[in-house]
Amino acid sequence: MNAPREPTLVVDRLTTRFASRSGAVTAVDEVSFSVAPGEVLGLVGESGSGKSLTGFSILGLVDPPGEIAAGSIRLKGRELRGLSAREWRALRGDRIAMIFQDPMMTLNPVLRIDTQMIETVRAHRHVGRDAARELARDALARVGIPSPDERLRAYPHQLSGGMRQRVAIAIALLNAPDLIIADEPTTALDVTIQAQILFEMQTLCRESGTALIWITHDLAVVAGLADRVCVMYAGRIVEQGSTAQVLETPAHPYTRGLLDSTPAANAQPDEGGQPQPLRQIPGMAPSLKEIPAGCAFRPRCTHASELCEQVPPAVELAPGHVARCFHPLPATQGVKP
Amino acid sequence: MTLFILRRMLQAFNVLFVMSLLVFAGVYAIGNPLDLLVDPNATAEDMARAAASLGLDQPLWAQYARFLGNALQGDLGNSFIHGVPALGLIVERLPATLELAVVAMLIAVLLGIPLGLWAGLRPDSWSGRTIMAGSILGFSLPTFWVGLMLIMVFAVQLGWLPASGRGPTAEVLGVPISLLTADGWRHLLLPAANLALFKLSLIIRLTRSGTREALLQDYVKFARAKGLSNARVVGVHVLKNILIPIVTVVGLEFGSLIAFSVVTESIFAWPGMGKLLLDSITQLDRPVVVAYLLLVVTLYVVINLAVDLLYAALDPRVRLAGASQ
Repeated sequence: MNAPREPTLVVDRLTTRFASRSGAVTAVDEVSFSVAPGEVLGLVGESGSGKSLTGFSILGLVDPPGEIAAGSIRLKGRELRGLSAREWRALRGDRIAMIFQDPMMTLNPVLRIDTQMIETVRAHRHVGRDAARELARDALARVGIPSPDERLRAYPHQLSGGMRQRVAIAIALLNAPDLIIADEPTTALDVTIQAQILFEMQTLCRESGTALIWITHDLAVVAGLADRVCVMYAGRIVEQGSTAQVLETPAHPYTRGLLDSTPAANAQPDEGGQPQPLRQIPGMAPSLKEIPAGCAFRPRCTHASELCEQVPPAVELAPGHVARCFHPLPATQGVKP
Repeated sequence: MTLFILRRMLQAFNVLFVMSLLVFAGVYAIGNPLDLLVDPNATAEDMARAAASLGLDQPLWAQYARFLGNALQGDLGNSFIHGVPALGLIVERLPATLELAVVAMLIAVLLGIPLGLWAGLRPDSWSGRTIMAGSILGFSLPTFWVGLMLIMVFAVQLGWLPASGRGPTAEVLGVPISLLTADGWRHLLLPAANLALFKLSLIIRLTRSGTREALLQDYVKFARAKGLSNARVVGVHVLKNILIPIVTVVGLEFGSLIAFSVVTESIFAWPGMGKLLLDSITQLDRPVVVAYLLLVVTLYVVINLAVDLLYAALDPRVRLAGASQ
């Protein structure tokens, strides 16, 4: 284990709500975690589990009628809740950067790459256009883009999807942020490109001491990339721990279900030589408007009891391994992904 | 690029040819201009002489062949009524119409885009709703009625602005222009506002819907995540994307402003081309009608060409057909 460092980001009981006609909907419910410099945190969940919104909350980009209702977000000890719009703007793209899922949509189609990069530098630093262009070219070179000078003059549609995502990553790296939030940035890419980009992101963040939050639904990605994992379900973190702890000895029945429904976990053929059928979690993830009281996973859980009608407390099963469940699975039941 | 423009010109000639054929036959079908031109008490010999002098005694195909032959040499014929070249008659009126159209379009664009942006950014606000309600009025009120109301209020009751005519002009290279004199501006303001109202409403609605759509796009979210100021996100990232449909509509509407502002020109007695066209149609003055429509087609072709070139400048994904070969 590394020596304990001061975490880059501490999120404490963060709650984000949406006001609607039928009352407030809680999309992110008392989420707490922290990320250290150079650490990669995997935030795993199905769509609608609140993982992306957690990212947008940290960036102060929750659109009305949504708002951060409670909790605190501290970046290097500085409380971000209650910052003015101006202070948020100064922070975004400078100290905290974000990468989005679909590289085809994130770059502005009618602006050249250099325009979109230079404006990011000049929004935060008093440098001339030429100096900003130098920085942009260096950033493109760092993410492995060949002949960056040429690419700077290109428009997004002249680049492939993988290349565009690299440009987006280069934009995120431009101002050497303390934290990068990556929202499923490789989901839309080919598997080979995905592997390259994962590897490069990991190396870049390690080297520069940038904390990285990697939002994904793909446990296979997390296994190869993250130091620690948070599993989200219906707005809550149901399990959190080191990657080895969560993937090898899952304590929450939901985590176990996710692992079982990952194709890689079932790749071993049985004795007859046939691949084992995928298991799936019965039922559907609840919509935010009808999250069950108590443990939200209760209706889909084979272990549920009357006890589960209460909200389960966070229980520390091993150092750093926390699950919110009344019936945590014994460690021996784990599987290797 | 050159190839693209050449190809466009070739297409334009085809359009002009078909257009002239249709108009020629159309006006011929409406009635015989001799009935209007010649004194009802004239003798048959007088009629025949008049017909021969205007070339109307020939069969239609011969008349058209003669017109086409002259047209290829730049002569679109003389007006039946005024006896002077039809094209000259029209070009004489062109500056008046052109400056009216330009000022009206400027009003529509310079007010419409900011108002539309504002309404798109604050769709639920009091001001945004007011702008949209106003644009519905601008759409649905008939032009002639608005023109009359403008005259009633600003000319008759308040007495601020003149109700009709063009006022004094200043000559630039032999072209009379109202815009250069203060009194000319005062004469121009009411008809231009009248013409601008519909276009303004159109641009407001286009800009607003474009803005609302653009704001939902990932590139806007990404721009915000980069920490850009609101002014830059809206003024550059949003505006440059929504300008593309706006440029198309502005181009088309500008063409129709020049060609068909007949109603407004009649109400404000503006000595433009619209009024000339109306008079020529009622008098069956075929050369003027044909020349007018040919000029209008040419104008449309030029404007559309400008729109396409602007397109390519605004949207890097657009490649002009033939330009990249």
